[in-house]
Amino acid sequence: MPPRLDTLKNARQELRIFRFRALLALVVVVALTALLTGRLVYLQVVEHDRYSTRSESNRVRVEPLPPTRGLIYDRHGVLLAENRPTYNLTLVRERVEDLGRTLERLVSLLELPEDDVEAFKRRSRQRQRPFQPALLMSDLSQAQIARLAVNRHRLPGVEVEARLLRYYPEARIMSHALGYVGRINADELENLDAGRYAGTHFIGKTGIERFYEKALHGQAGLRKVETNARGRVLSELGRQDPVPGRNLTLTLDTGLQQLAFDLLEDRRGSIVAIEPDSGEILAMASTPGFDSNRFVTGIDVEAYQALQQDIDLPLFNRAIRGHYPSGSTIKPFVAVAGLREGVITPEKTINDPGYFQLPNDSRRYRNWLRWGHGKVDMERSLAVSNNTYYYSLAHDLGIDRLERQLGAFGMGQRVAHDVQGESPGLLPSREWKRERYNQSWYPGETLSVGIGQGYLQITPLQLATATATLANKGEWVKPRLARKIGDEPLPRDLPDTPEDIELDDPDGWNTVFNGMQKVLSGREGTARRAGKGLEYAMAGKSGTAQVFSLDKDERYDADELAERLRDHALFIAFAPADDPQIAVAVIVENAGGGSSHASPLAREMTDAWLLDEGHLPDDDSASEDRASSGEEG
Amino acid sequence: MAANPLARTPLARLFRRYPVRPPDSGMSRRKSLWENLHLDPWLLALLLLLVGAGLLVLYSASGQSGDTVTAQALRFGVAFAVMAVLAQFSPATFFRWAPLAYGAGVAMLIAVELVGDIGMGAQRWLEIPGVVRFQPSEMMKLATPLMVAAYLGRTGIPPRLRHLAVCALIIGLPVVLIAKQPDLGTSILVASAALIVVLLAGLSWRLIGMFVLLAGAALPLLWINLQNYQRQRVLTFLNPESDPLGAGWNIIQSTTAIGSGGIWGKGWFQGTQSQLEFLPEPHTDFIIAVLGEEFGLVGMTALLALYLVIVCRGLWLAAGAQDTFGRLVAGSIILTFFIYVFVNVGMVSGILPVVGVPLPLISYGGTSSVTLLAGFGILMSIHAHRRLLPR
Repeated sequence: MPPRLDTLKNARQELRIFRFRALLALVVVVALTALLTGRLVYLQVVEHDRYSTRSESNRVRVEPLPPTRGLIYDRHGVLLAENRPTYNLTLVRERVEDLGRTLERLVSLLELPEDDVEAFKRRSRQRQRPFQPALLMSDLSQAQIARLAVNRHRLPGVEVEARLLRYYPEARIMSHALGYVGRINADELENLDAGRYAGTHFIGKTGIERFYEKALHGQAGLRKVETNARGRVLSELGRQDPVPGRNLTLTLDTGLQQLAFDLLEDRRGSIVAIEPDSGEILAMASTPGFDSNRFVTGIDVEAYQALQQDIDLPLFNRAIRGHYPSGSTIKPFVAVAGLREGVITPEKTINDPGYFQLPNDSRRYRNWLRWGHGKVDMERSLAVSNNTYYYSLAHDLGIDRLERQLGAFGMGQRVAHDVQGESPGLLPSREWKRERYNQSWYPGETLSVGIGQGYLQITPLQLATATATLANKGEWVKPRLARKIGDEPLPRDLPDTPEDIELDDPDGWNTVFNGMQKVLSGREGTARRAGKGLEYAMAGKSGTAQVFSLDKDERYDADELAERLRDHALFIAFAPADDPQIAVAVIVENAGGGSSHASPLAREMTDAWLLDEGHLPDDDSASEDRASSGEEG
Repeated sequence: MAANPLARTPLARLFRRYPVRPPDSGMSRRKSLWENLHLDPWLLALLLLLVGAGLLVLYSASGQSGDTVTAQALRFGVAFAVMAVLAQFSPATFFRWAPLAYGAGVAMLIAVELVGDIGMGAQRWLEIPGVVRFQPSEMMKLATPLMVAAYLGRTGIPPRLRHLAVCALIIGLPVVLIAKQPDLGTSILVASAALIVVLLAGLSWRLIGMFVLLAGAALPLLWINLQNYQRQRVLTFLNPESDPLGAGWNIIQSTTAIGSGGIWGKGWFQGTQSQLEFLPEPHTDFIIAVLGEEFGLVGMTALLALYLVIVCRGLWLAAGAQDTFGRLVAGSIILTFFIYVFVNVGMVSGILPVVGVPLPLISYGGTSSVTLLAGFGILMSIHAHRRLLPR
């Protein structure tokens, strides 16, 4: 059958319609392809740099490598601060198949109470990004680590992560001197060199840890790593190793420090011992102490408040911040002041009727012995701790000269090189009184300062430093806690050392020394009981500081009140007198008289250093020195 | 004919008469090997080139997994076999079977609606457990345009208004069913494949204009009916940086991959975006970003050029078809193929929202490859079964 004409005609028309439409479609196809190509040119040519950078920053991550903090040793190499590895339990949720079962398994493995499942669940949600490990538990025990290791294959996504944490093996006795590190807080973060501290979470907060922060910390390194989208490190592209912190060797002697704590027992007080020739602080105790390790991991609020509200102020470093009236321990320094200013000679005697009176004043300033010591020269004034002699001397000096000369021994100023948070104490002057009270200075107040009462306030460290300077016959060596920073010894002469104290007649020193020796070994010596059986020449001076008032906010029962109103017992000493190896200052709060309650402690300290630790100079040189000083006696 | 169970239905009767020209009385020239195989050698060569290039990219995108490439090559083997088999049927067969395939497809879509499997947040799969998992919507990508082409081939073109109403019904039914699964991407592709048939059939420009206006007016309606995740995709497309770690991640990472490739690319296996897993779905929907990163603008342009050549060859074959049904089907198949390319590349390069359309014959996955090559099989059948006149 031949095709019908209209069918053919229709077919031709239909072909024409289709071909026209197909041609249009092709135009659209080409146009859209051109559009895609244009977009690709835009992405790959025009914006190539931008996307290139973005792709690089996707893949390359800079990771900080925190340095290892320097260790701290005592003078004999006993470790005082170390970095102990602790183990934390972490979990990556994306790698865990069944979270609930994994957590239950962990609780039973670690032998934790069932309630911990909830706490675990809460912590497993604490993270910022996918694939970031969440911290479930810190400081795992060895047994727990072992059990986790055995069951590791059953716990995908669970990791035990090691971290270094500061640890103080001798925390109880060293807490005040060493200080501690703690987590960097927001304020500290603002002032830190971010590059140096990248990846570091801890910083020295107090004490040595704070003062030598820079040396102990070191310098952070970094590594450039290639990571995949899940943050897994695939390869290391570059590395700059961290500079570890430098180790620190301290001047402290752990044995002596321990002894100081034992001597103070459960009393409040402080003992500071210094090697006069080197200025090295051998012991610096403040009781009661505290466990500084609790501050490293972050102490809980309750425990911290308990420490802060403790009436015995365990967090308070009495050795460097405790303000005490010096009591009679000031007398050797006042004597030196009189000699320097030329208002007295060693030989000059006064007659003590039991009191001192200012001209045109009826008030009597009493000696502690009501009937008086009679004829008193400088040596005897120290041995019997005569007050009248020093009232008179202080009056002759006047407050201006007295202040200047006591200042020369470091009172009223920060004396140590590297003791963080040291208080300058208070050395009163006319200017100070006018500023503080807007009053002029009264002559009677000079007399109080002359026997270590009144406005005068010193710290145990200042008292020990002044004693060491006295033992050095006026040669100043700045007290210090650090012996070596890394391998570098701290120089004997440090910047800002006060000027040496010189006497026109150096024999004056011997007079003071002899008087102080008689405190312990003289017939009339105030601490002659503590000086019994001495194997070396020991010079000392007792002191008793009156506690005048009580803070009205404090509340305790009657017995406690009475106890807290008792006098502070003080004692300073150095030995051997002819070649001093140790200078000690002892302060026991509310213990009573210094001659009986503080001097035995000082004796124990010098005994331990000289006899037990063998720092007594050999006899030849010692006898020579003793011969020369013996002439004076 | 007797095999067709619908042969006696009124619907089938409408299609019984296939408007062909009578056979020539001999004198036809000797057929070549390719003509005997009913395959177009040019198109076949271009497709093999495309598939080969795709496997190279896939090897890199899968993290140099030989298993993945082997599995994909096997799938292509099956898909090319399907293509070769379909090419052996004459266009008349497709014409006759179109209503059956269409009817069966719609029935299955309804079945999915009732009992379908839920995967990836949508009901798409029909499963006889252990035997076969089947996505009826995939079949409708071919069946719907075939049905429309068969209908218009029967009525003649350009279509009259009442024919268009029937077409709208034919198209609307599966499109709505698929959109309800919900699978917006596939429903749009099915709709566009079928609409292309109507457009190629010479839909009047006035109606096209009206349709565009209507579609514009319907956009807010569509927005209201979108699922939450679909709205999110559109919003993310408009501003990827609004959710850089969530939905915007894909677009940011894929444009970064392409952009960082530059003109010459970072080199095979050297693309950090894809090799280090920053790029999502690097071997399926986003595989072109791997190509863009590792082979740069040069590789991308070469691929687009290859697609363009394939489309040109396809249109050429369509234009050479001897009847309206064949032309409409062939044109729709090849232009739908291009739409896949445009939507995928557009989405990965950030000029279209993410709609989950794989890159034809490159992306990993079997279903779409089989559907596409089945379409090319029909295209080749239409070309190879021409009755040639003697020169």
